[in-house]
Amino acid sequence: MFLQGKTTVSQYLLRRLLIVIPSLIGISLVLFVLLALAPGDPFGELAQNPAVPPEVRAALREKFGLDDPIMVRYFRWLLAMLQGDWGFSFVSRMDVDTLIMQRLPVTLIVIGASQVLALVVALPVGVYAAMRPYSLFDQVATTTAFIGFSLPTFFTGLLFILVFSIHLDWLPFVYQTNVSGTGLEYIWEHIRQAIMPVVVLGLFQGGVLTRFVRSAVLDVVRLDYVTTARAKGLREGVVILKHIVRNALIPVVTLIALQMPIVFGGAVVTEQIFRIPGIGSLLIASILANDTPVIMAVTFVTACLVILFNLIADLLYGWLDPRISYR
Amino acid sequence: MNERDMRGLIADVKLGKLSRRAFVRRMVAVGLTAPLAAQMLMHSGVAMAQSASTYKPTKAGGGGALKVLWWQGPTLLNPHFAVGTKDQDGSRVFYEPLAGWDSDGNLKPVLAAEVPSFENGGVSKDGLSVTWKLKKGVSWHDGKPFTADDCVFNWQYASDPATAAVTIATYKDVEVVKVDDHTIKVLFSKPTPFWADAFVGTRGMMIPKHIFENYKGATSRDAPANLAPVGTGPYLFTEFKPGDLVAGKLNPNYHEANRPYFDTFEMKGGGDAVSAARAVLQTGEYDFAWNMQVEDAILKRLEDGGKGKAVITAGGNIEFIGVNSTDPWTEVDGERSSLKTTHPSLGDPAVRGALNLLVDRQSVQDHIYGRTGVATANFLNNPERFRSTKTKFEFNIDKAIKMLDDAGWKPGADGIREKNGVKLKYVYQTSVNAPRQKTQAIVKQACQKAGIDIEIKAVTASVFFSSDVANPDTYTKFYTDIQMYTTTMSQPDPALFMNQYVSWEVSTKDNKWQGRNITRWRSEEYDKLYRQAEGELDPVKRAAMFVRMNELVIEGVAVIPVVYRPTVAAVSSKLNAPLSGWDNNTWSLQDWYRDA
Repeated sequence: MFLQGKTTVSQYLLRRLLIVIPSLIGISLVLFVLLALAPGDPFGELAQNPAVPPEVRAALREKFGLDDPIMVRYFRWLLAMLQGDWGFSFVSRMDVDTLIMQRLPVTLIVIGASQVLALVVALPVGVYAAMRPYSLFDQVATTTAFIGFSLPTFFTGLLFILVFSIHLDWLPFVYQTNVSGTGLEYIWEHIRQAIMPVVVLGLFQGGVLTRFVRSAVLDVVRLDYVTTARAKGLREGVVILKHIVRNALIPVVTLIALQMPIVFGGAVVTEQIFRIPGIGSLLIASILANDTPVIMAVTFVTACLVILFNLIADLLYGWLDPRISYR
Repeated sequence: MNERDMRGLIADVKLGKLSRRAFVRRMVAVGLTAPLAAQMLMHSGVAMAQSASTYKPTKAGGGGALKVLWWQGPTLLNPHFAVGTKDQDGSRVFYEPLAGWDSDGNLKPVLAAEVPSFENGGVSKDGLSVTWKLKKGVSWHDGKPFTADDCVFNWQYASDPATAAVTIATYKDVEVVKVDDHTIKVLFSKPTPFWADAFVGTRGMMIPKHIFENYKGATSRDAPANLAPVGTGPYLFTEFKPGDLVAGKLNPNYHEANRPYFDTFEMKGGGDAVSAARAVLQTGEYDFAWNMQVEDAILKRLEDGGKGKAVITAGGNIEFIGVNSTDPWTEVDGERSSLKTTHPSLGDPAVRGALNLLVDRQSVQDHIYGRTGVATANFLNNPERFRSTKTKFEFNIDKAIKMLDDAGWKPGADGIREKNGVKLKYVYQTSVNAPRQKTQAIVKQACQKAGIDIEIKAVTASVFFSSDVANPDTYTKFYTDIQMYTTTMSQPDPALFMNQYVSWEVSTKDNKWQGRNITRWRSEEYDKLYRQAEGELDPVKRAAMFVRMNELVIEGVAVIPVVYRPTVAAVSSKLNAPLSGWDNNTWSLQDWYRDA
């Protein structure tokens, strides 16, 4: 770099954030053009209704600026976005940011909880399996993990509903935001309805992670410095936690970050199955209704989240492995 | 059935020889709507029946929560912007019209004190006006009284083109005058046989003047109340999340005694139809689910649980095959299926007749739709004396073969029939949808046996039903020989439904394929009848005209009706929910209650 010394974290962060801007603009341009070229019309349903004269549709199209050329519409959208105006939903006739803010918390809670669950399961299982490779525990863990990530979430979701809601009648399969009750009962109802979607997403993610943690640990466990650590007479627990896991975690962190788009994809499907009012189900509904401003906003939010997680992963590297410097 | 037959039937009703309900059912069978049938009775001096209320609870409230599932949840709650039925159903929880349509097509007063008629002087003899008396003592959810000013405002609001209300067609050609605080007069510019459109049913829900006054015209979309309704309905608004949730609580000042029964109301959106059916029929988590587009076999299996049942309501939806009258394979002036062409083989009535014989509707019903799609031979398939000998339906391959032979269509070397070098090869398109693809297969098989080659084409629904002018695969362009979809007759009056075959509605490049006549079938007699019906004030004469128009379309094989598609709802076995095929699902929400 121009300064021969070490670049600090904040400089690195600034540089990364500057790179984010053109990529977000690129993403938004591609999304916008694709949506504009795709067939469908937000007011198409009106065309099928004989009681609605075509003039109404024309008036609505004009009102929402749908008749302008694509590039004009794109720049209008971009300018508005820069000023913090997310647009106006054609279908719900309300501001898109309100619509998204209504939905985003649920998605983040469900995805967050499932990621935590995945980590809680994958880390100990993966590490333990790698410490005793080809033992019975390892065999069972690997096989289960394999099944876990081979089954798509829509399948496990339906299976769970069939078993736990319909046959056993333990858990509700319609997710409600307005749960009745107060205090503990309220919290319990929320947990009860979140169990299935969180487990479905968490186990899928956990399956992938378990196998990855196992192989990462296996890579490290045979290295000389581990033997050295043991030879020093360190306790096994310290060897595992401080020397093995910390080093093995570096690729795992990358994986978690890179898996985020897949998790969001899985959440879209899971939300649809369990009727979770998150941004995933909002996305599906707005795609079906050709509600362009909402589709744009949701995909854009997702893109931002994915970029954000990548950035977090890069920052975590440095903390996990000081040898990695930010340049 | 002609005018005389109908008069005979009405006389039977008057004498009590035929029940009202049976009469209505027969009229529906000949392609009329129940509301029109009820209007015929009324015009002939048989008063509209006030359907006996089955409502049992003796006090309002105490019913706990009513939980319903709309697998596509309402996305907005202003009835004047309600695009689909889901939005109308959601709006109807809070907003009400002057009157609604019951399942037999009777008008039931809601915000009106009584239904206008000749007897009470509400309906003028010249067909130029109708006077509504409003119910007194009705208040909006915020306590302000409901008056004639509100009605006048709704007319002004909806008829203003700048508002861009979807209800504009109902209001733009009428004038609404306040007579006194609780009386309004709707004036028509020309004699109007079907007067019960403005302020009635799905398009008649009313919004309060004092809340929306400043949001008429261009600012309509900014009204906060678009998302937080203040109406007169049985439930007060509490929460709305577009596509996810509509919630309300009991309106203690509701204008009908002892209603509503439930303390809270919750309409949950999202998900899919099958799991919605499960939540009602199998687990009982919910009381009601809307629009069960689910295979009948699955519904039956779910019903076995005994927690609920599928309730089937007759409406006016018909799945049919449209037969192209023009040539889709020749381009004239930049458009295919141009009016300047004639279809080389489908122009022959014998070929059309043969096609009609090759659609096995019974199998389609038995193997695909079950209770959710009843084989409709034609519009005249009811037994007894109404069966028209001219438009009889049957499935008969041999007869079709003979018909084609007689008309000179002989099998060629490849087994496909031809005449003068024209082969009977057709492209049959519809939208991607499992039951539709199965129906295509059934038709294709029968046609093959008769020497007609069918190429099946399935277009994604979002393309097929779009109005995209640049796309050649839309149903309004109809660039194939035959195509299949469902046409809905949600309007209580058949006039709008029947304009699908008038010559001035033909879908062409000039009108950007927005015309309603998609088969491009034209008939002078049909046009003439339609024009007459527009100004005919005698509902019986008018009905006879519609029946004749139906016959013309069927005889000319402009279309081949396949199945009649009633709407299906999943209802908990304890819930009493009166439904109507001529109004919204929630049209009588105030009357819903649960058996103890």
